[in-house]
Amino acid sequence: MSNSPSESPYSANNDAVRAELSEIDASIRSASVFFVISAISWLMIGTVFALLAAFKSHEPDFANASEFLTFGRVRSAHLNAMALGWGNNVIFAVGLWIMARLCRAPIRHKGMLLIAGIFWNIGLTVGIFGILRGDITSVEWLEIPQYATPLLAISYALIGVWGVMAFRFRKGDHVYVSQWYILAGLFWFPWLYVVAQIMIIWFPARGVVQAVTNWWFAHNVLGLWLTPMALGTAYYLIPKVLGRPIYSYYLSVLGFWTLAIFYNWAGVHHLIGGPIPVWLISAGIVASVMMVIPVIVVGINHHMSVVGLHKEVWRSPTLRFIVFGAISYTLVSLIGSAMALRTVNQITHFTHFTIGHAHHGVYAFFTMIMFGGVYYMMPRLLKREWPSAGLIRIHFWGCAIGITIMVVALQIGGWIQGMEMNNAEIPFLDVVQHTIPWLKARSVSGVFLTVGHVAFAVNFFWMLFAAGAVRAKQGPTLLDDVKEGGVA
Amino acid sequence: MKNLPLLFCGIFFALAFSFSGLILSSNIQLGSLTQTTETVTPSEADPTVMVMAEGEPLYPRMPSGFAQQGKDVYISMGCVYCHSQQTRRADFGADIDRGWGRRQTVARDYITQGRVLLGTMRTGPDLVNVGGRALNAEWHHLHLYNPQITSKGSTMPPFAFLYETKEIQGTPSVDALNFPPNAEFGPEPGYEVLPTRRAKALVEYLLSLKINYSLPEALIPE
Repeated sequence: MSNSPSESPYSANNDAVRAELSEIDASIRSASVFFVISAISWLMIGTVFALLAAFKSHEPDFANASEFLTFGRVRSAHLNAMALGWGNNVIFAVGLWIMARLCRAPIRHKGMLLIAGIFWNIGLTVGIFGILRGDITSVEWLEIPQYATPLLAISYALIGVWGVMAFRFRKGDHVYVSQWYILAGLFWFPWLYVVAQIMIIWFPARGVVQAVTNWWFAHNVLGLWLTPMALGTAYYLIPKVLGRPIYSYYLSVLGFWTLAIFYNWAGVHHLIGGPIPVWLISAGIVASVMMVIPVIVVGINHHMSVVGLHKEVWRSPTLRFIVFGAISYTLVSLIGSAMALRTVNQITHFTHFTIGHAHHGVYAFFTMIMFGGVYYMMPRLLKREWPSAGLIRIHFWGCAIGITIMVVALQIGGWIQGMEMNNAEIPFLDVVQHTIPWLKARSVSGVFLTVGHVAFAVNFFWMLFAAGAVRAKQGPTLLDDVKEGGVA
Repeated sequence: MKNLPLLFCGIFFALAFSFSGLILSSNIQLGSLTQTTETVTPSEADPTVMVMAEGEPLYPRMPSGFAQQGKDVYISMGCVYCHSQQTRRADFGADIDRGWGRRQTVARDYITQGRVLLGTMRTGPDLVNVGGRALNAEWHHLHLYNPQITSKGSTMPPFAFLYETKEIQGTPSVDALNFPPNAEFGPEPGYEVLPTRRAKALVEYLLSLKINYSLPEALIPE
């Protein structure tokens, strides 16, 4: 199996290769650092909105003097700051960097990439402000008002094309699994976004066709944009850090193509029981269940790649986050397939169970892997190490404990809510009251997550600005007391 | 994997497949739905063609202009994030048992709506037929001003910013909210709470949400 072509394309022990990688890193440094700064800034802004929304959901009188902070707008500002601010910026940082490295080609015209990135963030700022002032569209995952979306679409096109161009001018003819995922994601996202904008906002389709389009889009933002980017990152960094190849090339191929074929049909499961033709819903359910195949395949492939090296995984900040994310991917996807079954969906639909599930996917899976990606990338871009292992530990435990509490609380609370809602004997206000303890648990989880995010931000900006103090450090920052050379 | 044209084609067709299967075909199936009378009968000339009865009203109705303005308020407040607008069939969930609707809603019910707000969350109750329930404008205004007045223990946020508290000049306004006696929520003596235009439009919209008609494919059970 170790002679398979999925072997990490080059070993960093070779001096010539290290020099080449270093040159590529230098070519993309300013853009990637800008994207990470933006991503972390949006992460902090999104965290503030998240805390507000979480607290408001059980204390409805809190901070309601002005309509700017009403629940519907704050939760939408949170979602868009996290998805398009944190998510997209960190993808632009880590995904494009991995793409450039695997294509072994320094990127050209980095000034254009930087300018496009600045406009992406301007468009997003305008959009989030628009949501808060009431220009929200009330279309899930597409809340940004109409006047900001063309700027977002154009900036995205200019950013995404860099990944495609890097691919076009790559050296060598080997194409690694991460490149398939990243290339596909870069191509799928604009298609989804433009179709959804046109058919829902600009030239609305008739009636519930909008809803079908909405959930085709929204579920695929996760499935065909965040998921391939996170999997591409995991596929690149697991072998990189451990210094051994991915377990099986054939499982990588199978995992990629089954994801490509099945995931994009699955979104209709958000409309089970709704006023759309049953055949559409059935197609969505079938695809959701078929997702078990790529999930198990990728799970086996990742597990077999790290098996026996658990100590290294635990020592490496990068892999500690990535393995947490990879395990979450298996769990959240299997739960998701189960939730698409009509009997289960009848209970979980319209409840906090779904909110828990969404955070399980976007946070415990995607975000944790991207944290790992940033931990690996930054020392190589800046040529200095992370200043504090303690802050990395706080970051990991804050996030790991926080997201676990959130998912468990919302899914237990949501299940109870669904069971009670389906029993017409129980007055609706009682159903509402019974969710409150679980919503309070979510607010507690938010505090843990906030602590983690602050530790991450402090460590990052410390590394970025306090250069002199940090540069002298010997060897990579690892998460145990014995400092040995090697992985980070 | 070295066959790049194949990789590109695969990436393209994977999404093209679901785009055609879900989006284009649902548009073909549902994109030309029109209003109809409550029942249709086979045509005399050709029994395979169903025709609408002459002179009967067409459903779903077109919403009024003021209700449309209210819908804009509903959208700008993000109500959809806690309130769905769809009734599921009788043996699937308890939508009908809870009195949220008298029949399942179907695709045709939504064709006169500019933006469709089906929703996926029921932190609060479903609203597709809220205008058909025994709740009048006064109840809605009090509920929006502060949900605790009408629904103690609700987690809905107050929308008091859609109302103005004014000193009573001469006779009280006919629009003023009628607070229940001894309520802790009312204004100071000598003051009254008036709905703004946006609040009135929003209530008009809520009252316009009614599924009180049958469609040929979805009859209200006797």
